[in-house]
Amino acid sequence: MGFAGVQRIIGFLIAGSSLMMLPPVVVSWWYHDGTANLFLICSALMLLTGVLVYLPVRNAFRELRLRDGFLVVVSSWLVLVLVGALPFVLLVSPHISYVDAVFESMSGLTTTGATILTHIDDLPHAVLYYRQQLQWLGGMGIIVLAVAILPILRIGGMQLYRAEMPGPMKDSKLTPRITETAKALWLIYVGITIACALAYWLGGMSLFDAVGHSFSTVAIGGFSTHDASLAYWDSPTLEVIAMTFMAIAGINFSLHFLAWRRATMQPYFLDPELKVYASLLFLFSVLVSMALFLNGTYETLADSFRHGAFQVISAMTTTGFTTAPFAEWAGFMPTFLIFIAFIGGCASSTAGGMKVIRVILLYRQSAREIRRLIHPNAVIVVRVGGQKTSDAVMDAVWGFFFLYIACFAITTLLLTATGLDPVTAYSAAAASLTNLGPALGDASANYAHLNDSSKIILSVAMLLGRLEIYTLLVLLSPAFWRA
Amino acid sequence: MKIVVLGAGQVGSTVAHSLSTEENDITIVDTNPRRLKELQDRLDIRGVLGYASHPKVLVRAGIEDADLIIALTNSDEVNMTACQVAYSLFNTPTRIARIRSSEYLERPGLFSREHCPVDVLISPETLIVEYISRLIEYPGALQVLDFADGRAQLVATQAYAGGPLVGKRLHTLAEHLPAGADARVAAIYRQDKTIIPDGGTVIEENDTVFFLAARKHIRTVMKELRPMDRPVNRIVLAGGGNIGSNLARKLERQHHVKIIERDPDIAEIIAQDLEKAIVLIGDCADEELLREEAIDAADVYCVLTNDDEANILSSMLAKKMGAKKVIALINRPSYVDLVESGSIDIAVSPQQVTIGALLTHIRRGNMVRVHSLRRGAAEAIEAIAIGDRRSSRVVGRSVEDIDLPAGTTIPAIVRGEDVIIAHHDTVIEAGDHVLLFVPDKRQIAAIERLFQVSATFM
Repeated sequence: MGFAGVQRIIGFLIAGSSLMMLPPVVVSWWYHDGTANLFLICSALMLLTGVLVYLPVRNAFRELRLRDGFLVVVSSWLVLVLVGALPFVLLVSPHISYVDAVFESMSGLTTTGATILTHIDDLPHAVLYYRQQLQWLGGMGIIVLAVAILPILRIGGMQLYRAEMPGPMKDSKLTPRITETAKALWLIYVGITIACALAYWLGGMSLFDAVGHSFSTVAIGGFSTHDASLAYWDSPTLEVIAMTFMAIAGINFSLHFLAWRRATMQPYFLDPELKVYASLLFLFSVLVSMALFLNGTYETLADSFRHGAFQVISAMTTTGFTTAPFAEWAGFMPTFLIFIAFIGGCASSTAGGMKVIRVILLYRQSAREIRRLIHPNAVIVVRVGGQKTSDAVMDAVWGFFFLYIACFAITTLLLTATGLDPVTAYSAAAASLTNLGPALGDASANYAHLNDSSKIILSVAMLLGRLEIYTLLVLLSPAFWRA
Repeated sequence: MKIVVLGAGQVGSTVAHSLSTEENDITIVDTNPRRLKELQDRLDIRGVLGYASHPKVLVRAGIEDADLIIALTNSDEVNMTACQVAYSLFNTPTRIARIRSSEYLERPGLFSREHCPVDVLISPETLIVEYISRLIEYPGALQVLDFADGRAQLVATQAYAGGPLVGKRLHTLAEHLPAGADARVAAIYRQDKTIIPDGGTVIEENDTVFFLAARKHIRTVMKELRPMDRPVNRIVLAGGGNIGSNLARKLERQHHVKIIERDPDIAEIIAQDLEKAIVLIGDCADEELLREEAIDAADVYCVLTNDDEANILSSMLAKKMGAKKVIALINRPSYVDLVESGSIDIAVSPQQVTIGALLTHIRRGNMVRVHSLRRGAAEAIEAIAIGDRRSSRVVGRSVEDIDLPAGTTIPAIVRGEDVIIAHHDTVIEAGDHVLLFVPDKRQIAAIERLFQVSATFM
C-alpha cells in the first residue's frame, strides 16, 4: 500500500483547504463581528499541519492504484471534517464541545444539515457564512474539486472520482479527461449556485442570506442562517425559488452538462431516471398536500399545497429546509417524509439517499422475479431507458440495498442503546444516513439535546451515507489491508 | 487534440497509452466492456462501448468535434466504413485506418476522397516486414530507421571491443572515416542511462549507440563500432502468417530462406506463393526439426508467430542450438525488456513500429516522419523547415542558434538529395528536412512549436 503517496495527497489537501478559512475572514471584516482572527489562526494552523504532513513525503511520486483511491477519499474526508471543526472548537461564545464541533462540521460537509446549534440568529456572521460554505464545498465533493484543480491528482483521479461520486454507474465519463470532467461538474455547480443566489436576492433576502442559502440549497444541505430556516421570511416567492433549485440540484449533473454543452433541453426529456424522479416529486406532493387539507392542518387548499409540496421536495432531495413543523403533523406524514428521503435524488447529483436510479433498478428486478414465477422459462431483461442493465451493476445495487438497510437498522439500535426514544432514534438514523437533516421527536428542531455518544454514531452514519457505504466499508474489511 | 480511437486491441491500447500522456483528449471505442474498463482504470481516457462504425456510437464518442479518427479494429471493412461515416456524416478532418489486406492496399485509387476517404493507411504487417528486412540488411544493427525516403538512416547498434572507435573520443570519428563519409552520433545509452554526446564523449563497450548517416555510409560507420558481422545468407523464419510469408517473399531472391509453418493448409498456400524459399511443416519449438534444418548454420532465425511465449521460447532454443542471431516478434511491452538483455538478440515490438507511423500524423509542426524509440521514451523526428527568417524560428538560423530543449540534438539535415551532417554553424534553409533526436518525450511540445510558422506567415 502506498501510504506515503496517500499522505502526500492529504498533506496537500489540508494545506489547500486552509484557503477555505479566508472567505469567512472577509465576511468578518465586512460585518465587524470580531471573529476574523479566529479564522486566520485556523487557516495558519491548517497550512502548517498540511505542510508538516506533506514535507516528509514530498517526493513520493507514485501512481495511485484502484485500492489507494478508497483510502485517499475516506481519510481526506475524515481529516477535513476534523480540521473543519476547528473554528467551532475555538469559538469563545457560544462554547461548543469537541463532539458537537465535529458533528456540526460533519453535518456540514456531508450536506446533512443537522445542527447542534441553537439561537443561530445570534451567531457571528462569519461563523454563519462558514457553516453554509462547508455545505457548499461538500456538495459537489471536495475530492472532485481537488481532481479538477490539483495537477498532482491527475493520475489516478478516476479512482478518487469513483470513490466519491454517488450513483451505481460511474464509469461513464463526461469528457475524455478526468480533470475536464471534474472541472465541468464544478463549473455547472458554480453556475447553478450563482443563479440561485441571484433569485433569492431578487426574491427578497439580504445579499448575505441569499448567498448563504444558495450554498445550502444547491448543495442540498439544509443549514440556514436562521433558527426558523426558510419559515423566517414566510414568503411564497422564496419558497418557490427554493423548491425549484432543490429539484434542479437533485438532477443528475451529467444531464446539466449535456444540456449546456449541446445547448438543448433534450437530455432532460430522454433520461429515464429524471422521469421517475419528477413523477415521484409530483405524486408525493399531491398526496401530502391532500392529506394536510383533509386533516385540517391547513384551512385552505393553497396553504396545504404550499407547505406540502415544499416539505416533500425538501425531504426527498434530502435538503432538510423547513417551512412548517412537519414533525408535528398528524397521521402518516412525518414518517412518510422521513421515508421518502431514502429514495433521494438522482445519481451524480448533490442529493443524498439511495438515489432514484437504484430504486428503479430494485423495482424492475423485483418485478422480474415475480414474472419469473409466472413464466419460469422466460428470458426477462432488466432495462433502464431501453438499455439492458448489466448483471454486475444489478448485483452491486442489491448489495448496496442490503448494506444501506443494515446500516440503518444498526444505527437505530445503537441510538436506542444510548437512551434515545425509538422515534427519535429511527428518524435521526434515517436523517443522518440519507443526509436529510431534521428528524422527529427530540431531534426535530436541532440535535443539541442528544447525548455525546449518539452524536458520534450519527456522524459516522452521515459519512456512510455521503460516501455511499461501500467506500467506507471497504476500509473496514480485512481483505483490504491484507493484500 | 481530440482523438477517437476505434478498437482497443494491442495497437489501439498502445496508441491510447502513448497519446494520453501528451495532453490529448482520447476516446476509445470497443465492443468488449471488460477491456474498456481495464483501459479506463489505467489511463486517463474515456471508453465507449459499441460498434465502431455505427454513427450513434461515434457520436457518443464525440466524433462531432474530433480532430482525428484512428480506426484500428481488426476488420479492414469496419475501419473503412468508420472512416467513410466520419467523413460523410461528421466531416472529421483527418482519418487514419489500419488496412491489412494487400487486396485493398494495392489499389490506392480506392482510398480517394470521393470513394473511401481514408487519409492515411497504416498497415502494421507491411511496416514490420520492412523493419525486419532492414535489420537483416545490416547485421549488427538493433534498429534501423529511415528518414527522407531512406536517404538518411538512424541506426542503433551495440559497441563491441575491437571496433576501432570504441574507447576513443567522438571527435576522432571524422579521422576514422574515409573521405566523403560523415556521420553523427545522436545518443548513447549506457545501462539505461542516456548520454547526450559531445566531441569529448568516449564510447565504451556494450554501449547502445544511435548514429545517423547517409544510407551509403551506414556500413562504414558500423565497422568503426564493432567487428563487422558476415553478410547474412541463411535465414530461417518461423510462422507463416502475413508477416512471415511477406518477409519470405521479400528476402527469397537474395538469401536462402526457409520458413516453418505449423498448419499444413497454410503451408500449402505459402508454398504456392513463394518461388525459391523452402516451406517446412512443423512446430517452431521442435528441437528435432530445428536440428534437421541446420539451425546452427543459420545466420538469422526469426520467429514471427502471434504467440509471444512461443516466440520467446523458440528463439531461446534456437540460440542455444547455435543460431547466430535470433529475432523475435513480441507484442507485450513488458516482455521486450525482459528478453532483450538475455539470449534473444532483437525483440521487435509491432506496436512500437506502428505507433511511429501514427505519431507522424498526430504531431503538429510539419513532421513527416516520427519514430518511437526506447519503448516510447525517446523519439526521432524528421520535420520540414518552412517559412523565412521572420516567420519561422528555425529557417535562416545556424544549428547553435536554434532554441532546442535540453538534450535534443539535430544530427543532420536533408537538403534535396544530400544528407548534410549538421555542425554548430550549419544554417538551415527553407525546405530542409531537419532530423531531430529527442531523448525525452516531454520535449515534443516544444519541438512542435519550434517548427510551426507564426500566424503572420499564413
